[in-house]
Amino acid sequence: MLLSMQNISKSFAGIPALREASLEIAPGEAMALVGQNGAGKSTLVKILTGAYTRDSGTIRFGGRDVAFGSPAESQAGGIATIYQEINLAPQRSVAENIYLSREPRRFGFLDRAAMREGARKVLKTFNLDIDVDLPVARFSAATRQMVAIARSVTQNARLLIMDEPTSSLDEREVVVLFETIRTLKKRGVAILFIGHRLDELYAICERVTIMRDGQTVAVSDMAAMPKMELVRHMLDRELAAFQAMASSKVEGPEKPVRMEADAIGSGVRVRDVDLTIRQGEISGLAGLLGSGRSETARILFGDDRFDKGSLRFEGQERRYREPADAIADGIGLVSEDRKVDGIIPDMSIRENMTLALLPRLRKAGIVDRARQEEIVRHFIKALGVKCASPDQPIKELSGGNQQKVLLARWLCTDPKVLIVDEPTRGIDIGAKAEILKLLRSLADEGLSVLMISSELEELLAAADRVTVLSDGRSVAELPRAALSEASLLAAMAHQDAEHQNPAGNVS
Amino acid sequence: MFPAILKPKTSGDLARLCVIVALFGLIAFGALRYDNFLSSFNMLSFLRYNSMFCLIALGMAFVIISGGIDLSVGAVAAMASVCAAMLSNHSWYAGLAAGVGAGLAAGLLNGFMVAKMRIQPFIATLAMMLAAYGTALLLANNQSVSVSYETGFTIIGQDDFLGFPIPAWIALAAFVLGWIVLERRPSGRHILAVGDGEMTAKLMGLNVDRTLVAVYAISGALAGLAGVILASQFGAGQPTEGIGWELFAIASVVVGGTLLTGGSGSVGATLAGALLLSMVFNILNFENGLGWISLSAYWQSVIRGGFLLVVVVLQARLNKHSHEGAAA
Repeated sequence: MLLSMQNISKSFAGIPALREASLEIAPGEAMALVGQNGAGKSTLVKILTGAYTRDSGTIRFGGRDVAFGSPAESQAGGIATIYQEINLAPQRSVAENIYLSREPRRFGFLDRAAMREGARKVLKTFNLDIDVDLPVARFSAATRQMVAIARSVTQNARLLIMDEPTSSLDEREVVVLFETIRTLKKRGVAILFIGHRLDELYAICERVTIMRDGQTVAVSDMAAMPKMELVRHMLDRELAAFQAMASSKVEGPEKPVRMEADAIGSGVRVRDVDLTIRQGEISGLAGLLGSGRSETARILFGDDRFDKGSLRFEGQERRYREPADAIADGIGLVSEDRKVDGIIPDMSIRENMTLALLPRLRKAGIVDRARQEEIVRHFIKALGVKCASPDQPIKELSGGNQQKVLLARWLCTDPKVLIVDEPTRGIDIGAKAEILKLLRSLADEGLSVLMISSELEELLAAADRVTVLSDGRSVAELPRAALSEASLLAAMAHQDAEHQNPAGNVS
Repeated sequence: MFPAILKPKTSGDLARLCVIVALFGLIAFGALRYDNFLSSFNMLSFLRYNSMFCLIALGMAFVIISGGIDLSVGAVAAMASVCAAMLSNHSWYAGLAAGVGAGLAAGLLNGFMVAKMRIQPFIATLAMMLAAYGTALLLANNQSVSVSYETGFTIIGQDDFLGFPIPAWIALAAFVLGWIVLERRPSGRHILAVGDGEMTAKLMGLNVDRTLVAVYAISGALAGLAGVILASQFGAGQPTEGIGWELFAIASVVVGGTLLTGGSGSVGATLAGALLLSMVFNILNFENGLGWISLSAYWQSVIRGGFLLVVVVLQARLNKHSHEGAAA
């Protein structure tokens, strides 16, 4: 083995991120590393590269025990990392980026000729013929990635870590990338490939390591691990806690359509999505990480524009230019990351809740405090927000109560469609059930809810129908009657026959 | 420098080419409109007086290229002028060393605050600016400090060498060295890479902290040198001089095509930017001399401001344009 990480544990502020995780890679092998958000993949990689220090466990690399203290040390030791986006200095030239920190010198000065020549030569081995004096920002994501790989090759890396390397590439570029990876493998370079697109993993990797909840739950040859099995390993959770609250609704006639996306697409993240949101229903949006769920939500909310397909709201063609347009139609979005683009921690519950409503609360240009107070009190009661007073800073509330305030922020604008992205992330189990119940009763009152979730049990418990995305495409729409763990898993592990395997056969 | 800059590969290159063209344009305008504009007397006194501004602009360019800002340069120059004046009676080089040393110390402290204590450059150097003004006033007892005329200290700011003002020689040397460091030494590339993104630079194995300390030290030392020239030229350490110099330096750097966001910039264009903004004042004097209009010196600030605005708008246009036409 080139790399052997054993029994690696790591906690942050007492909360374990890794529990006795392990990872082994042989020279010339491509190892897939998969897992849901929070499974511990990136923590494990950061410990390997020296960005984090481990609490316990051993790492052997190239036959020696190692403990890299920084990314620079692990680089010098032969481990290179290709991050998703930020691994090059965008305004520096291609040649400089390849040699930065190890510039060829003559008498202490830069040897620009040698730098150019070396850069051209190494890029040529990957069939890339570009002007190495241009800043890298001028090139496509695929070319930038090649430059990053070329950089690692000139550093004599023996292990190349690629973190979602295909996330911003189109299919043709993926083919080129995989060709490069094969070349590297032939030279004996080991690849750690972190990704979510299953087809790609099967196309390029020999083995797979699956992580869940900070542990390594399975290691297998790719060929011996069917897709369904792989997805099950990634997602496996307790279902019991949710089964009790499955919808009591009986299947009735189809409800009227409120919003409809038809073959919508934008860039490489969202390629072809059909989606129907009905009045008084909770529509689920499922898919693995990176399948384009949040991106689809952003399009519906007018935060991203679509370049393909069409969008209809209550039967009328729509092309939102910005969220304000969507909001005017009565669409609300509670985003995935409460902390980043949801709550304003130091402001009070009252202020947080009425942020979206403020323009309508004006009376002669100033906020009508009496009405604001009335609305806030109503929603605190209606949603059961547990707080000392409306003027308590929102950061003092629990995750579940913060989420309720965010829901109330949209509800008080009286929306027609509410998009909730991972509504129960980071919330304890009791509060989860409460949030889902709340969404249910809102839907029963006629609101259309689009719920994005990575948790199968949540979708099974709450959704009236689920659209499954895979690699930016909607691959299934499952009505209530067809919803089951098995049917969801099967759809998420989907392999479209027409959608060509991007890089040929398993190598 | 010139062959590279005449073949613009990026929008930054183009912006820098523009400022050099604009500088020559302004010189041509002056030469055609005013009789004595190109006279050696005017040109040499112009260079003698403006060399110190060019020096602080150079230091500022390094800091801004690294992604930071140095608001303390004016105050540090004032403090350095006082230190230099106080020690100028020992020997001319004691005065020189005192001024440059005081500037370097302030710069190192700035670098330490920014790199090690992770204080925002704006705040760290603002604190340094206040502290340096205070120190200058304390040392000078709130008045100008006369320099010694016996030790030859005044030669630095007032005399010529080979018919060219000594301050201009100093500035020229500093710009040549600065160009070599930025363009031909690996450390210069590291400064650019750090300005392009500290996280990325760190991930690429660069010593970001050392680079940051170095740029603030360079800026401080050059501000100190400017302070020495100030004291020498005017015969006194000036604790209350230097107010607004940092803004002039920032304006010069921006006019010179350097992005305030860091990661791009050139030494040559910074010099052109500084000279361009300085020349506005010179031209204004000549225009008043013609007798048709009479604009007070206060107008120079307004005109410089207008100039800055035009340049920034043009740069934004160029940037947008080149992004839309980006290579595949």
